[in-house]
Amino acid sequence: MKIHEYQGKQILKKFGVTVPRGIHCTTVEDAVKAAETLGGKVWVVKAQIHAGGRGKGGGVKVATSLEKVREYAGQILGMQLITHQTGPEGQKVRNLLIEEGADIKHEYYVAALTDRATQSVAMMASYEGGMDIEEVAHKTPEKIIKVFINPLVGLTDEQALTLAKGMGMNEASIPQCVETLKNLYTCYMETDASLAEINPLIHEGDGTVKALDAKFNFDSNALFRQPEIVAMRDLDEEDPDEIEASKFDLAYISLDGNIGCLVNGAGLAMATMDTIKLFGAEPANFLDVGGGATTEKVTEAFKIMLKNPKVKGILVNIFGGIMKCDTIATGVVAAAKEVNLSVPLVVRMKGTNEDLGKKILAESGLPIISADSMAEAATKIVAAVK
Amino acid sequence: MSIFINKDTKIITQGITGKTGQFHTEKCIEYANGKNCFVAGVNPKKAGEKIFDVPIYSTVSEAAKATGATVSVIYVPPAGAAAAIWEAVEADLDLAICITEGIPVRDMLMVRNKMKEKEAKGGKKTLLLGPNCPGLITPDEVKIGIMPGHIHRKGRIGVVSRSGTLTYEAVAQLTELGLGQSSAVGIGGDPINGLKHIDVMKAFNDDPDTDAVIMIGEIGGPDEAEAAQWCKANMKKPIVGFIAGVTAPAGKRMGHAGALISGGADTADAKLAIMEECGFKVTRNPSEMGKLLKALL
Repeated sequence: MKIHEYQGKQILKKFGVTVPRGIHCTTVEDAVKAAETLGGKVWVVKAQIHAGGRGKGGGVKVATSLEKVREYAGQILGMQLITHQTGPEGQKVRNLLIEEGADIKHEYYVAALTDRATQSVAMMASYEGGMDIEEVAHKTPEKIIKVFINPLVGLTDEQALTLAKGMGMNEASIPQCVETLKNLYTCYMETDASLAEINPLIHEGDGTVKALDAKFNFDSNALFRQPEIVAMRDLDEEDPDEIEASKFDLAYISLDGNIGCLVNGAGLAMATMDTIKLFGAEPANFLDVGGGATTEKVTEAFKIMLKNPKVKGILVNIFGGIMKCDTIATGVVAAAKEVNLSVPLVVRMKGTNEDLGKKILAESGLPIISADSMAEAATKIVAAVK
Repeated sequence: MSIFINKDTKIITQGITGKTGQFHTEKCIEYANGKNCFVAGVNPKKAGEKIFDVPIYSTVSEAAKATGATVSVIYVPPAGAAAAIWEAVEADLDLAICITEGIPVRDMLMVRNKMKEKEAKGGKKTLLLGPNCPGLITPDEVKIGIMPGHIHRKGRIGVVSRSGTLTYEAVAQLTELGLGQSSAVGIGGDPINGLKHIDVMKAFNDDPDTDAVIMIGEIGGPDEAEAAQWCKANMKKPIVGFIAGVTAPAGKRMGHAGALISGGADTADAKLAIMEECGFKVTRNPSEMGKLLKALL
């Protein structure tokens, strides 16, 4: 689960990381009031969306007067902000963060994430902050310093110092930087984060170390014990179809192709998508119905897939293990009838009571195309939509 | 022979009284020698009772002492599952198989590091399979987990995969071609887990009754590449490889928490290329895994 920058900064602040003073708002009037409340002569108007690259897309502006705050807030609120992470249609800006200006002397990068290879928490830091870190990692990997933290021990003073020195932190700011890194680690662990990134982390003219941005991702398995994080969820930032699917315990992700797929199991679902591509078409979605492919779940899955106007055909691929094929076939037939399915449907079922399942499909009176293997199913659906 | 488990394995079920635990324990007991293998259950509130004629103990340690069991299977719900794994480790079992899906990653980080610390101090090493996995089976001997038993057939091919249904897919293809399995292992889809592809490949390599292996992976993480490198230098048996997720977009989580592309070296294409270079017979068509393997024998 992702959150906004202003929420991320509230969390960082709670864990002792210094952040600029700022106020979240949703209207132009409130933005101007926020700037007045903050005082000073320079403010930053920042679009709040769940995607990076906001600056390049025109979603972050520095204002030197209240009139400029009004002007920029008016421009940014309601705009479709397009960044390299939003896709070509962009994301509508509904929230702003008005912040006091910072006296930036240098921009650094720091992040914490879980490393599966070492089964530890990796903390990374770099002198090359403020820019696309993936590009830095790709072109000059030596400029990124990493330490691996044993969660039974935590981030040691020595490791924090290695990072602070390795990232070239301003000499006088090193003690506060070490403190910041330790606080970031505690924050990462206690909030069940899967990514905590500060880009940029800066030092100011007086040596103060500050987080100018905050990007968080949280482990969805742990949300049950993080009510404060769950309260920060912003459904406006998520795909409405994915939200609808999650209500029915369906894992759904929309893609760009024209063949809808309904599969049980994440691995088999990906393999089915790959097979569709191999036979010359593109999948319209990833959809895992999980263990219990009941009539209700299959019906909802059909409805969600068919909302996508690009869908010209559907491929159902179910491996009936514990779940029997005849039960699934009954569900598929009922679902197809309920949604008045008008696009070609290919069903491939394997496993327990396979023959019984096929019989139910054949006798349903619906134009369901049956297939034995994934390859055959893909061939048939690709031919049917052409 | 087989890997990790056989008809003489004695098993404790943690979470035997829960809905999922009951459902699958019954099916496991019905399969092959299951009645003799599943010797104990654990639930501190129901110690002394029986379920499916299996005695319930209050702790794993007590169950192990009373029955001589060396393996446990865990169906405990997510919030308590990591603690259940640790209980099996503290009881010095040989192997703990965690079926539970949805365990917080931080809990797995903690328990995995506690396991490593125990080993480093000279304590007994307990292998962990999973979490978020279907379990493992040695056909016609014993099934531990949630896979459908009837699609399997006793034989000499090993199968290892992260995904449950994709494991069944490979097994069913083999069985249809008349090729049985020595053992089929689902290592699970979570980012922080126990046994990895490389560990299972080593076990298959050492097993005199395994002739060839199907290794199935997914996008995300370095595990398949590591296993492939090890196989290139050590594996004496032919391998068919498949990686799911060629069509997966970057940065999206595809059901499994582990199946998330983040870097670049962990895409399906990159992994397929490494596996091919390491001598695997790789395919982009998952319907052909069985056929390809047959051609290698």
